[in-house]
Amino acid sequence: MATAVEVRNLRAWFGKTEALHGVNIAIQSTHATAVIGPSGCGKSTFIRCLNRMHETNPEARAEGEVKISGVDVYGVPAVEVRRRVGMVFQKPNPFPTMSIYDNVAAGLKLNGTHNRRTLDEVVEHSLEKAALWDEVKDVLKKKSGASLSGGQQQRLCIARALAVKPEVLLMDEPASALDPISTAKIEDLIFELKQSLTIVIVTHNMQQASRVAEFTGFFLMGNLVEFDRTEKIFTNPSDKRTEDYITGRFG
Amino acid sequence: MTRIRFHQELDELKHRILAMAGMAEQAIDLAVQAYVQRDLGLCQRVLNNEGAINRAEREVDEFAIDLLAMQQPMAIDLRFILAVIKINADLERVGDQAVNIVQRVMNMIELASVELPVDIPAMAARVRAMVRDALRSFIEGNPDLAKHVLEADDEIDRINKEAFTSLSDCMQKKPDCAVQALDALSIARNLERVADHATNIAEDVIFWVRGADVRHGAGQTLAGS
Repeated sequence: MATAVEVRNLRAWFGKTEALHGVNIAIQSTHATAVIGPSGCGKSTFIRCLNRMHETNPEARAEGEVKISGVDVYGVPAVEVRRRVGMVFQKPNPFPTMSIYDNVAAGLKLNGTHNRRTLDEVVEHSLEKAALWDEVKDVLKKKSGASLSGGQQQRLCIARALAVKPEVLLMDEPASALDPISTAKIEDLIFELKQSLTIVIVTHNMQQASRVAEFTGFFLMGNLVEFDRTEKIFTNPSDKRTEDYITGRFG
Repeated sequence: MTRIRFHQELDELKHRILAMAGMAEQAIDLAVQAYVQRDLGLCQRVLNNEGAINRAEREVDEFAIDLLAMQQPMAIDLRFILAVIKINADLERVGDQAVNIVQRVMNMIELASVELPVDIPAMAARVRAMVRDALRSFIEGNPDLAKHVLEADDEIDRINKEAFTSLSDCMQKKPDCAVQALDALSIARNLERVADHATNIAEDVIFWVRGADVRHGAGQTLAGS
């Protein structure tokens, strides 16, 4: 298995508070990796460091090494990093005044693609990959992104992220605001997407982690306590702290 | 997200299966006592108690399945519930072996009492010790004690083989005692199976506590680690 994301001694701060204390991890290409841990353990900070979103907070800084396919993310412009590493958030955030079409095409246009035929192809392909095409193909330019249901909006955000052909997709609790049917659609989608790209998903739902991810990392107080195959983490973890957390003995 | 209620329910599950274990242990004790004393009344008690053991098996299974479905247990809690389901089946089988034994005893009571070259009470005492240790290892979550149970099973197998040889020999030399010898052979064999169930329980304890699968001689080093 190839490594898609290599992290070495990653430390992150908010002001003087250290949120990550030297994380080392190798995330496998074309697999899903789940990041679990109690609130405030640093899991969202961790994935936000992978595409340099962490530093968008003026109080925040990070140091250490993050390599995407061997390229140090701190050695290239942040915009380039975010094209290669897409992100989907807990609350769907389509551009509310834009049509469905323009939502998906936005990233491409920002990157300088204005050819109509290319845009049409990418929008269709991205919506298909996000399992939304059949539901919106007749209203692409008539309806705004905000007019869709919560689950559709989240898949629209995934389509928007896919349009710029990222190598890695970060998902920060992508289904926590969705009903069970929409959650199942997102989980099925993760299964399809990881055939061709690398997924890192933060989730509070351990059943979800066990359903979608081949690998799982457990974070606690800014440290990566344990990282292993998901079935090992959830049936027989090596570290007592992991076991205590996933069995509900603390948290 | 501490799960206090869930962990109370796991304790309740443990209490329920220990109550069932008590019934299975008592059934074996009564069956052996019935053999020694040639007591039809004790035989009848074992037969009467079988229904209660079967009911307890169903209740423990239902409770365990409810916990699996409703609580989605993980790691050591998941392994505990899986171990309980398997131990439950073994305890029910121990109850069945007790019934098999008293059926043979009832047969023997109708026949003349003869001297047989087998020490059933001594064999039963060793088997009972294995069952007791297996259950103690479960109560204490003690995989080292469970490992002793696995080792003790070889000795029971040896005793059973000796019983087979000496009783076969007896059947040939004293045809008049053949039926009683056959009954005694069957009782020894049922006791040997009880020991096998104790071994299974011990293996399940090791799986629960250490997450190691030591069945069929696999993972001996893990069991000892």
